[in-house]
Amino acid sequence: MPSAGVLALQGDFEAHRKALAAAGLDAREIRTAGELLSTDALVLPGGESTTMWKLMEGTGIPEAIAELAASGRPVLATCAGAILLSRRITHPDREGLGLLDVTAVRNAYGRQLDSAVVRLTDLDREALGDEPLEAVFIRAPRFRDLGRGVEVLARRDGDAVLVRSGNLIAATFHPELARDGRVHRLFVEAIRRGKPRDAGKLVGAR
Amino acid sequence: MTAPLSIESPFSSDAFRVKVGLAEMLKGGVIMDVVDAGQAKIAEDAGACAVMALERVPSDIRRDGGVARMSPVSKIREIEAAVSIPVMAKCRIGHIAEARILESLGVDFVDESEVLTPADEENHVYKHDFKVPFVCGCRNLGEALRRIGEGAAMIRTKGEAGTGDIVHAVRHLREVFRQIKGLTILTKDEWMAAAKNLQAPFGLVAWVAANGRLPVPNFAAGGVATPADAALCRILGAEAVFVGSGIFKSSDPAKRARAIVEATTHWQDPARIAKASEDLGEGMKGIEAAKLVEGELLQTRGW
Repeated sequence: MPSAGVLALQGDFEAHRKALAAAGLDAREIRTAGELLSTDALVLPGGESTTMWKLMEGTGIPEAIAELAASGRPVLATCAGAILLSRRITHPDREGLGLLDVTAVRNAYGRQLDSAVVRLTDLDREALGDEPLEAVFIRAPRFRDLGRGVEVLARRDGDAVLVRSGNLIAATFHPELARDGRVHRLFVEAIRRGKPRDAGKLVGAR
Repeated sequence: MTAPLSIESPFSSDAFRVKVGLAEMLKGGVIMDVVDAGQAKIAEDAGACAVMALERVPSDIRRDGGVARMSPVSKIREIEAAVSIPVMAKCRIGHIAEARILESLGVDFVDESEVLTPADEENHVYKHDFKVPFVCGCRNLGEALRRIGEGAAMIRTKGEAGTGDIVHAVRHLREVFRQIKGLTILTKDEWMAAAKNLQAPFGLVAWVAANGRLPVPNFAAGGVATPADAALCRILGAEAVFVGSGIFKSSDPAKRARAIVEATTHWQDPARIAKASEDLGEGMKGIEAAKLVEGELLQTRGW
């Protein structure tokens, strides 16, 4: 059974562990670069991205995320996690990890009073089926300037809110807080399908 | 014909889920008390997951006395403009109008707080009627469930604010978790008596008994002055930490704030907390909570 890790620096990492458990996968909490490199798949949870950047400074975690993603291992990133993966970030402006070719506009819908549960109907049917997808938006960002390799799996009023780019899945909302398990199942299926890693590298990382 | 008995629960509404959703996002983080935009910026740069706007930090309220009220509107606007992280603000217990004003200002969370002078000696705000989420303090499980019953989307144990003494935060965390554990071993026949003893709504008592936790995130506050204090709260089960006077009453607020953030995340790694705790300068002087007389306690406000 492949192992999955949830980056547990700050945010709703526990909700992701529960959602993964419901999709049939045991995940552990990850707080160091070493732990990160020894996992087969990674979740970057929701929370405050500014806090996560601060906690990652000088830890080697950004480099480890890049290495994990480059090795083809599946990554699921939601809200703040998706912001981390982005090429560029606004409000305030800064560079992201550059693994997902989008610009993330932080707090794009406004403050908490503009947070909402939305039933998304503009879906990629092959990935998600026909049923409306329950999506919890909390002080959510918006994806802008999507690169060519970025495939849109769900839209809200025309805006891309769930995207896939190679082995990365990113949402501006929180599938981990919804009663709908489809996004996590998509991720777990990708893990089960995943190509086996270089065994030597795995031993080295541990 | 009598109407069928059907009681709608506000807890399963989208509105309530969105409120608890923001509380979920703050887990594992540090929420810092700030009085102006300058402090808010320091807090954000140090890695705070949210800031709490208030007129004076608790230790100043304690020292200077007088009526402590909601932060001035201009200060709240200034803080909202200065940072991109969530902004919380305190209103007085039962002060419906202050809460409505804070909501209209677009704050992300309202803390109906015992640190301010209560406006109502008997009633708290009915929080389900608001779109903005609320956090409330508690000293025990009954108090937590009464506040959740009124619509609080987050609970924080009260501790004793403005002292820099962690002992009451520990007492309240221990008490809440002991009482939760106590409920989980009861049979259903015993739930109503438990609700009676806790003076808490039956539905919430039953939920806690069945699930072994509070139905909303459970944070700690009151007396956190060091990285080790923050780690202790996490060890005892708090999912995040509020820090009031402990940061801006210390000699190097930016450094201390950063260290408390580090300790809150890496609470299981003592070596890392030790490293973060090096060369922090003077902590807040503090007051031993046991030396306070009953009338000086903030935690006994509200019920």
